[in-house]
Amino acid sequence: MNDLKKKAVPGKPGGLNSEIQSRIGHQLRAMYDDVVRQGVPDRFAELIRKLDVPAGGPQMGEGGGSGGNNDGRN
Amino acid sequence: MPLTDSLRDDILASVPSLRAFAISLSGNADRADDLVQETLLRAIANIDSFQPGSNLPAWLFTILRNLFRSDYRKRRREVEDAEGNYAKTLKTQPTQSAHLEFEEFRVALDKLPQDQREALILVGASGFSYEDAATICGCAVGTIKSRVNRARSKLAAMLYVDGAEDFGPDETVRAVMGGSGG
Repeated sequence: MNDLKKKAVPGKPGGLNSEIQSRIGHQLRAMYDDVVRQGVPDRFAELIRKLDVPAGGPQMGEGGGSGGNNDGRN
Repeated sequence: MPLTDSLRDDILASVPSLRAFAISLSGNADRADDLVQETLLRAIANIDSFQPGSNLPAWLFTILRNLFRSDYRKRRREVEDAEGNYAKTLKTQPTQSAHLEFEEFRVALDKLPQDQREALILVGASGFSYEDAATICGCAVGTIKSRVNRARSKLAAMLYVDGAEDFGPDETVRAVMGGSGG
Protein backbone atom coordinates (compact mmCIF):
# COMPACT_ATOMS: atom_id res chain seq x y z
CA MET A 1 0.00 0.00 0.00
CA ASN A 2 2.50 2.50 1.12
CA ASP A 3 5.17 1.22 -1.13
CA LEU A 4 3.85 3.25 -3.97
CA LYS A 5 6.48 5.64 -2.90
CA LYS A 6 9.68 5.64 -4.87
CA LYS A 7 8.43 2.84 -6.96
CA ALA A 8 6.26 4.27 -9.60
CA VAL A 9 7.97 6.16 -12.31
CA PRO A 10 5.57 7.30 -14.92
CA GLY A 11 7.01 5.86 -18.06
CA LYS A 12 5.60 8.38 -20.40
CA PRO A 13 6.01 12.06 -20.24
CA GLY A 14 2.53 13.40 -20.34
CA GLY A 15 0.83 10.81 -18.23
CA LEU A 16 1.19 10.95 -14.52
CA ASN A 17 0.45 7.60 -13.12
CA SER A 18 -3.18 7.81 -12.13
CA GLU A 19 -2.53 6.11 -8.84
CA ILE A 20 -0.05 8.80 -7.96
CA GLN A 21 -2.47 11.47 -9.01
CA SER A 22 -5.21 10.16 -6.83
CA ARG A 23 -2.79 9.81 -3.98
CA ILE A 24 -1.78 13.43 -4.32
CA GLY A 25 -5.39 14.47 -4.48
CA HIS A 26 -6.16 12.46 -1.42
CA GLN A 27 -3.34 13.93 0.62
CA LEU A 28 -4.15 17.40 -0.48
CA ARG A 29 -7.75 17.07 0.62
CA ALA A 30 -6.79 15.34 3.84
CA MET A 31 -4.56 18.24 4.75
CA TYR A 32 -7.17 20.79 3.81
CA ASP A 33 -10.11 19.07 5.41
CA ASP A 34 -8.17 18.73 8.57
CA VAL A 35 -8.42 22.49 8.94
CA VAL A 36 -11.95 22.75 7.60
CA ARG A 37 -13.14 20.35 10.26
CA GLN A 38 -11.98 22.72 12.94
CA GLY A 39 -14.99 24.82 12.10
CA VAL A 40 -15.26 28.52 12.85
CA PRO A 41 -13.04 29.71 15.68
CA ASP A 42 -14.85 31.92 18.16
CA ARG A 43 -12.82 34.94 17.28
CA PHE A 44 -14.28 34.99 13.79
CA ALA A 45 -17.83 34.29 14.81
CA GLU A 46 -17.49 37.12 17.28
CA LEU A 47 -15.97 39.42 14.72
CA ILE A 48 -18.75 38.95 12.23
CA ARG A 49 -21.44 39.29 14.83
CA LYS A 50 -20.00 42.52 16.12
CA LEU A 51 -19.52 44.06 12.77
CA ASP A 52 -22.92 45.34 12.15
CA VAL A 53 -22.44 47.63 9.27
CA PRO A 54 -23.92 50.94 10.36
CA ALA A 55 -26.68 52.30 8.21
CA GLY A 56 -24.36 55.02 6.94
CA GLY A 57 -21.71 52.49 6.06
CA PRO A 58 -18.13 52.70 7.28
CA GLN A 59 -16.80 55.37 4.96
CA MET A 60 -17.30 53.43 1.82
CA GLY A 61 -15.56 54.75 -1.25
CA GLU A 62 -16.57 58.34 -0.75
CA GLY A 63 -13.31 59.47 -2.22
CA GLY A 64 -13.91 57.44 -5.33
CA GLY A 65 -15.46 60.36 -7.09
CA SER A 66 -18.54 58.81 -8.53
CA GLY A 67 -20.72 61.75 -9.22
CA GLY A 68 -24.46 61.56 -8.80
CA ASN A 69 -25.19 61.17 -5.19
CA ASN A 70 -28.16 62.95 -3.70
CA ASP A 71 -31.07 60.65 -3.38
CA GLY A 72 -30.59 58.81 -6.60
CA ARG A 73 -33.86 58.35 -8.23
CA ASN A 74 -36.80 59.50 -6.28
CA MET B 1 -25.64 44.58 -1.25
CA PRO B 2 -26.32 45.20 2.43
CA LEU B 3 -24.98 42.88 5.05
CA THR B 4 -28.06 40.82 5.72
CA ASP B 5 -28.20 38.10 8.31
CA SER B 6 -28.15 35.43 5.69
CA LEU B 7 -25.15 36.97 4.00
CA ARG B 8 -23.44 37.10 7.34
CA ASP B 9 -24.17 33.41 7.82
CA ASP B 10 -22.81 32.65 4.41
CA ILE B 11 -19.62 34.52 5.16
CA LEU B 12 -19.24 32.64 8.40
CA ALA B 13 -19.83 29.37 6.62
CA SER B 14 -16.87 30.16 4.39
CA VAL B 15 -14.50 30.71 7.28
CA PRO B 16 -13.34 27.10 7.66
CA SER B 17 -12.31 26.82 4.04
CA LEU B 18 -10.80 30.30 4.05
CA ARG B 19 -8.63 29.19 6.94
CA ALA B 20 -7.65 26.00 5.18
CA PHE B 21 -6.71 27.99 2.10
CA ALA B 22 -4.77 30.52 4.14
CA ILE B 23 -2.84 27.83 5.96
CA SER B 24 -2.04 26.06 2.74
CA LEU B 25 -0.75 29.30 1.28
CA SER B 26 1.23 30.57 4.19
CA GLY B 27 2.23 27.37 5.94
CA ASN B 28 1.69 29.12 9.22
CA ALA B 29 -1.46 28.91 11.31
CA ASP B 30 -1.11 32.23 13.11
CA ARG B 31 -0.42 34.15 10.00
CA ALA B 32 -3.26 32.34 8.30
CA ASP B 33 -5.72 33.46 10.92
CA ASP B 34 -4.53 37.02 10.61
CA LEU B 35 -5.13 36.75 6.90
CA VAL B 36 -8.61 35.42 7.44
CA GLN B 37 -9.42 38.19 9.86
CA GLU B 38 -8.19 40.82 7.46
CA THR B 39 -10.19 39.17 4.70
CA LEU B 40 -13.39 39.28 6.72
CA LEU B 41 -12.88 42.91 7.63
CA ARG B 42 -12.29 43.86 4.03
CA ALA B 43 -15.18 41.80 2.81
CA ILE B 44 -17.57 43.45 5.19
CA ALA B 45 -16.23 46.92 4.54
CA ASN B 46 -16.69 46.34 0.82
CA ILE B 47 -19.83 44.30 0.94
CA ASP B 48 -21.50 46.78 -1.37
CA SER B 49 -19.29 45.61 -4.17
CA PHE B 50 -20.41 42.03 -3.80
CA GLN B 51 -22.91 41.09 -6.50
CA PRO B 52 -25.86 39.31 -5.00
CA GLY B 53 -26.19 35.86 -6.47
CA SER B 54 -22.58 35.64 -7.50
CA ASN B 55 -20.15 33.20 -5.96
CA LEU B 56 -19.49 34.38 -2.42
CA PRO B 57 -16.71 31.90 -1.58
CA ALA B 58 -14.90 32.85 -4.78
CA TRP B 59 -15.22 36.51 -3.88
CA LEU B 60 -13.85 35.91 -0.40
CA PHE B 61 -11.03 33.72 -1.67
CA THR B 62 -10.07 36.45 -4.12
CA ILE B 63 -9.77 38.95 -1.30
CA LEU B 64 -7.71 36.57 0.79
CA ARG B 65 -5.47 35.65 -2.07
CA ASN B 66 -4.80 39.28 -2.95
CA LEU B 67 -4.02 40.09 0.64
CA PHE B 68 -1.65 37.20 0.82
CA ARG B 69 0.08 38.23 -2.37
CA SER B 70 0.69 41.78 -1.24
CA ASP B 71 1.76 40.60 2.17
CA TYR B 72 4.00 38.02 0.63
CA ARG B 73 5.82 40.53 -1.45
CA LYS B 74 6.57 42.55 1.62
CA ARG B 75 7.78 39.59 3.59
CA ARG B 76 9.57 37.83 0.85
CA ARG B 77 12.97 37.76 2.44
CA GLU B 78 11.61 36.67 5.73
CA VAL B 79 9.69 33.90 4.09
CA GLU B 80 12.61 32.63 2.12
CA ASP B 81 14.63 32.49 5.23
CA ALA B 82 11.95 30.74 7.17
CA GLU B 83 11.26 28.22 4.48
CA GLY B 84 14.28 26.11 5.18
CA ASN B 85 13.71 26.16 8.89
CA TYR B 86 10.11 25.23 8.54
CA ALA B 87 10.99 22.23 6.46
CA LYS B 88 13.73 21.23 8.83
CA THR B 89 11.50 21.44 11.83
CA LEU B 90 9.08 19.09 10.25
CA LYS B 91 11.69 16.67 9.06
CA THR B 92 13.40 16.25 12.36
CA GLN B 93 10.31 15.30 14.23
CA PRO B 94 10.27 11.60 14.86
CA THR B 95 6.90 10.44 13.75
CA GLN B 96 4.95 7.46 12.68
CA SER B 97 5.29 6.74 9.05
CA ALA B 98 1.80 7.82 8.07
CA HIS B 99 2.30 11.08 9.83
CA LEU B 100 5.73 11.47 8.36
CA GLU B 101 4.31 11.00 4.94
CA PHE B 102 1.82 13.70 5.67
CA GLU B 103 4.54 16.09 6.75
CA GLU B 104 6.56 15.25 3.71
CA PHE B 105 3.58 16.20 1.66
CA ARG B 106 3.32 19.55 3.37
CA VAL B 107 6.97 20.25 2.84
CA ALA B 108 6.72 19.32 -0.81
CA LEU B 109 3.67 21.51 -1.24
CA ASP B 110 5.52 24.34 0.37
CA LYS B 111 8.29 24.04 -2.19
CA LEU B 112 6.01 24.59 -5.13
CA PRO B 113 6.06 27.99 -6.75
CA GLN B 114 3.36 30.23 -5.37
CA ASP B 115 1.27 30.27 -8.54
CA GLN B 116 1.20 26.54 -8.83
CA ARG B 117 0.48 25.89 -5.20
CA GLU B 118 -2.53 28.15 -5.08
CA ALA B 119 -3.93 26.78 -8.32
CA LEU B 120 -3.59 23.23 -7.09
CA ILE B 121 -5.22 24.00 -3.76
CA LEU B 122 -8.12 25.90 -5.26
CA VAL B 123 -8.92 23.16 -7.72
CA GLY B 124 -7.75 20.08 -5.89
CA ALA B 125 -8.80 20.86 -2.35
CA SER B 126 -11.20 23.79 -2.23
CA GLY B 127 -13.18 22.27 -5.04
CA PHE B 128 -13.42 25.32 -7.25
CA SER B 129 -13.91 24.87 -10.95
CA TYR B 130 -11.05 25.85 -13.22
CA GLU B 131 -13.13 28.86 -14.19
CA ASP B 132 -13.61 30.03 -10.62
CA ALA B 133 -9.97 29.42 -9.84
CA ALA B 134 -9.04 31.52 -12.86
CA THR B 135 -11.25 34.33 -11.61
CA ILE B 136 -9.76 34.13 -8.15
CA CYS B 137 -6.22 34.24 -9.50
CA GLY B 138 -6.97 36.78 -12.19
CA CYS B 139 -5.67 34.68 -15.04
CA ALA B 140 -6.88 32.56 -17.93
CA VAL B 141 -8.45 29.16 -17.46
CA GLY B 142 -5.72 27.53 -19.52
CA THR B 143 -3.13 29.07 -17.24
CA ILE B 144 -4.80 27.52 -14.22
CA LYS B 145 -4.91 24.16 -15.93
CA SER B 146 -1.24 24.22 -16.75
CA ARG B 147 -0.32 25.39 -13.25
CA VAL B 148 -2.32 22.57 -11.72
CA ASN B 149 -0.63 20.07 -13.98
CA ARG B 150 2.80 21.38 -13.22
CA ALA B 151 2.06 21.33 -9.54
CA ARG B 152 0.92 17.74 -9.73
CA SER B 153 3.91 16.54 -11.62
CA LYS B 154 6.29 18.37 -9.35
CA LEU B 155 4.68 16.89 -6.29
CA ALA B 156 4.79 13.46 -7.85
CA ALA B 157 8.44 13.98 -8.63
CA MET B 158 9.27 15.15 -5.13
CA LEU B 159 7.28 12.52 -3.33
CA TYR B 160 7.12 9.43 -5.40
CA VAL B 161 9.97 9.36 -7.83
CA ASP B 162 13.67 9.01 -7.27
CA GLY B 163 15.92 11.34 -9.16
CA ALA B 164 12.86 13.26 -9.98
CA GLU B 165 14.44 16.22 -11.65
CA ASP B 166 14.66 14.67 -15.00
CA PHE B 167 11.04 14.36 -15.64
CA GLY B 168 10.09 17.81 -16.58
CA PRO B 169 6.67 19.25 -16.08
CA ASP B 170 6.78 20.97 -19.40
CA GLU B 171 6.14 17.80 -21.27
CA THR B 172 3.14 17.08 -19.17
CA VAL B 173 1.84 20.51 -19.74
CA ARG B 174 2.44 20.34 -23.42
CA ALA B 175 0.63 17.07 -23.60
CA VAL B 176 -2.29 18.45 -21.68
CA MET B 177 -2.44 21.69 -23.56
CA GLY B 178 -1.71 19.84 -26.77
CA GLY B 179 -3.87 19.67 -29.80
CA SER B 180 -3.85 23.37 -30.35
CA GLY B 181 -0.10 23.45 -30.54
CA GLY B 182 0.06 21.73 -33.91
